[in-house]
Amino acid sequence: MTNTSWLFRMAWRDSRRSRARLLLFMASIILGIAALVGINSFGDNLARSISEQARELLGADLVLSANQPFEPKLEPALSKLGAARTREVSFASLVQFRPGKGTRLAQVRARDGGFFYGDWDTEPKAAAQRFADTTAAPGALVDDVLLVQFGAKIGDSVQVGQVTLPIIGRVLKTPGQSGITTAVAPTVFLPLAQVTATGLVQRGSRVKYTRSYRFAPGTDVAALLKTLQARLDAADIDTDTVASRQQQTGRAFADLTRYLSLVAFVALLLGCVGVASAVNLYVREKLAAVAVLRCLGASGRQALLIYLIQTAGLGLVGAVLGAGLGAAVQGLLPRVLGDFLPVDITVSVSWPAIATGLVTGLLMAVLFALLPLLSIRRVSPLRVLRTAFEDDTAAPDPLRGLVIGVISVFILVFAYGQTRDWKLTLGFGAGLLAAFAALAGLGRLLMGAVRRFFPAGWGYVWRQGLANLYRPQNQTLTLVTSIGLGTFLLATLFLTQAMLLGRVQIAGQKSAANLVLFDIQPEQRAGVEALLTAQKLPVLQRVPIVTMRLTAINRRPVSVLKKDTANGIPAWALTREYRVTYRDSLNSSEKLTSGTRPTLGADGVPRISVETGYLERVKLKLGDTLDFNVQGAPLRTIIGGTREIDRSRVQPSFLVIFPVGVLETAPQFQVVLTRTGSTAALAAVQQALVRQFPNVSAIDLGLILRTLDDIVDKISFVIRFMAGFSILTGLLVLSSSVVISRYQRVRESVLLRTLGASRAQILRITLVEYGLLGLLAALAGIGLAVLAAWALAVFVFEASFGPAVLPLLGLAALVTALTAGIGLLNSRDVLRRSPLEVLRAEG
Amino acid sequence: MRLYPILPSRMSILRVDNLTKTYASAGHALTVLHAVSFELAAGDTFAIVGPSGSGKTTLLGLCAGLDRATSGSVWLNNIQLDNLSEDERAAVRNQHVGFIFQNFQLLPTLTALENVLVPLELRGQRGAAKTALALLDRVGLADRAHHYPAQLSGGEQQRVSLARAFANRPAVLFADEPTGNLDPDTSERVVNLLFELNREAGTTLVLVTHDLELAAKTQRTLRLRGGKVVEPAVMAEKR
Repeated sequence: MTNTSWLFRMAWRDSRRSRARLLLFMASIILGIAALVGINSFGDNLARSISEQARELLGADLVLSANQPFEPKLEPALSKLGAARTREVSFASLVQFRPGKGTRLAQVRARDGGFFYGDWDTEPKAAAQRFADTTAAPGALVDDVLLVQFGAKIGDSVQVGQVTLPIIGRVLKTPGQSGITTAVAPTVFLPLAQVTATGLVQRGSRVKYTRSYRFAPGTDVAALLKTLQARLDAADIDTDTVASRQQQTGRAFADLTRYLSLVAFVALLLGCVGVASAVNLYVREKLAAVAVLRCLGASGRQALLIYLIQTAGLGLVGAVLGAGLGAAVQGLLPRVLGDFLPVDITVSVSWPAIATGLVTGLLMAVLFALLPLLSIRRVSPLRVLRTAFEDDTAAPDPLRGLVIGVISVFILVFAYGQTRDWKLTLGFGAGLLAAFAALAGLGRLLMGAVRRFFPAGWGYVWRQGLANLYRPQNQTLTLVTSIGLGTFLLATLFLTQAMLLGRVQIAGQKSAANLVLFDIQPEQRAGVEALLTAQKLPVLQRVPIVTMRLTAINRRPVSVLKKDTANGIPAWALTREYRVTYRDSLNSSEKLTSGTRPTLGADGVPRISVETGYLERVKLKLGDTLDFNVQGAPLRTIIGGTREIDRSRVQPSFLVIFPVGVLETAPQFQVVLTRTGSTAALAAVQQALVRQFPNVSAIDLGLILRTLDDIVDKISFVIRFMAGFSILTGLLVLSSSVVISRYQRVRESVLLRTLGASRAQILRITLVEYGLLGLLAALAGIGLAVLAAWALAVFVFEASFGPAVLPLLGLAALVTALTAGIGLLNSRDVLRRSPLEVLRAEG
Repeated sequence: MRLYPILPSRMSILRVDNLTKTYASAGHALTVLHAVSFELAAGDTFAIVGPSGSGKTTLLGLCAGLDRATSGSVWLNNIQLDNLSEDERAAVRNQHVGFIFQNFQLLPTLTALENVLVPLELRGQRGAAKTALALLDRVGLADRAHHYPAQLSGGEQQRVSLARAFANRPAVLFADEPTGNLDPDTSERVVNLLFELNREAGTTLVLVTHDLELAAKTQRTLRLRGGKVVEPAVMAEKR
């Protein structure tokens, strides 16, 4: 009997004249595999870099931090820790540059030294050393973005509170700080000794106190910490070690790369749909050859294996090309994601990622190719005698169901491998099915509509082009699905981005407030308001804020609740600092959802109002008691009511609101909202504030909006980058299906030309067909995107939805033009050469 | 009903018994072959003739195991084909049957040599390349061994097809309109070659043709009309 080597020999021989075409089918999977390998390699390199640079992320072996000064009784124990120590006091404050007088809110970090690990990259290089040198004249280091924004330079001065210091260097990179962090909160570094003189650290100020420690090599920091943990917990001091920072950062970025690889997987799936479609056409072309082989004695299994070996071999070539491209793409990803990364990535080849990409890509391509290939088993040898033999491959094939089942299981296993969450996995599977089904459904619907409402009165070129959309062996469904899915991803991204930004902009324009002043001490309130009045600015709202910590829920202490992991209460709710206000009424952005507004009970216990979402997340109900520590004073409260907050309004919002008559005497600060008419007025009020009330900070909502815009832009670039893989895959699928169907097209073209059609007519028919195909795909994708964006707007963002029509029409035009262009480009060969010449070449 | 006598004195190679083929067509049963029977011995040459639609090709397909009869049975080299699966019949074809078709049916992606190699390699025969080259030489195409079908003329393609048909030394050679696509001169050369090779190999030849001249070269002729054997005059033995 035959041996396996004959099957390989036959596969090789038979592929000889169609290898280039077959490779084009497999090109559809190249980009998907490239994306998968690129993302996973990047993820591996990132995890390795985080592990290697964990110390640099923290800048020390141990960091302790608290929102109040460390208790003196802890000092003896803390002073014995580590071989070297630094202290830092950090807070947000308005800073002003001189001589330019540029003013903005910045993060102030007052330190008594540099970082133990990692590059504190300054310009000039020696500036970091000079900063740490306590014997040198004091100077400030300022983040590069701040200096660039105000055109300030080294040698100028920066005023922080009541202190003015020369700028001795610009900071290009700080250990543990990513580009995004720097953009959102640019930093001014001061010597710690200057912090008292700023006058900004007062009772009630929001200040973070940090101590960093370096230990002798080999010290078991975790064991050391264990002996102190109870005392640190009691003093509300948070701890951060190299291991915990590595774990947190690693987990966050592992999640990111996992979700990105799911997007890459979608591109691969699209490519596989393209492979299945192209192989389907290829099989139809090969039916006669299969029948001859069957006639000469090859079994159905042997015939199937010959073509399976062919497709698998070319799939392997495609997968290797994709993996190679992916290894190159991963070099780009640190640039794409650079601003989000806290570590420097060293790019190296990740063999596990390449192996995963190769196996996944090859397996998926083979499984998808198997769907059309299975019919080869059932090709009757009688086809050699009768060309019009009844369709022996049309009957339902149980093996097909099995292959579809294996593909589904593989998709779910892959998704689970990425998300480690069955709910998300099933959601991904269902979403994928819904998107594919919706697009395929739309494609079918549009095809049916063209057929049903066929414009019989139109010109010949239009009728022929339209008829091509539903004739036998059409590619309408495949292309509408693949190009439509890519368009869907891009359009959804665009609509969501526009909706989010539009929402913030609307909030910024319509609301009366665009400048928020906070950290106003009670005795400063009158002065600040007088300053605003002098500048002809209105006081739109004034809000008192008191900070406190939760100590018990329903008399169960927070320390006990923290240990009970089964209660479902999130840790942040137990450990966070609560900033609350007090009033008797709800404001215009709040709506009572249950109980009452904040009131003081007859029993003297305050009935507080909590946000509805907070009540649900912290598993609370009306009537529960919450005990707070208001900066040393214990206070019991009862949940008296819940509120919903419209967060699109520029209003300070609070999880907890107290009634009046309880917190008036507690240490507190004020927030005042105002509106400035111009940037000049904004600059004037900021400069006046720095001069008269240096501790008061001002948030410029315009600046926040610009920063948000910048961040959303960077995030959407990452998503656009990934969606690009899907679009390009769709175009590759288009190219391959145009090329594969060329044989059939040539025959039609020859027939048409024999009957008298001109080249120009055939060109126009091609243009109509592919133009319509692109338009159908684009409309299907955009239709689905509008639906998805509407669902996101209504159910997730709770916003009104009105899609911008013009950009969507632009996207539809672009996709249509690209599809028609590629269709024409691949058909030009058929049009340029004489029919006879083409037929000979194809034969 | 036996319409055609068995030749008891010689070994039976192909025996067809009451062969009937019915297709379901548009909800109706369409019988294209009615109770055909005959028997051939080793080395016999046999022609099936008749007008288009008379069931010639259907009969050839059933005899060669390309299709299954609705009723009746086919014995090929003492193997009953009726109950064999498609793959088992494929194995029988590979071992005992050779084919020649009107449109040559060469695999367009294989060279002439590779086309001849297919049946040999399928059965795992050693020295297949040597045998195939010798056969190509025998049909006068040794110098075209590495050409693709598209690079050969119709006559050359049919000669490659002849070499492939004899490659596995078949017990029966089925030829469906072997000269239907050739001009008269080329037809004559191909027919002469076919009969020469058949004689040398001692193969039983079953020929389907419209061409009565070609049919006349065989020892016996079966005439079909409307799926039925036309009797009795045209069934005469010419030997």
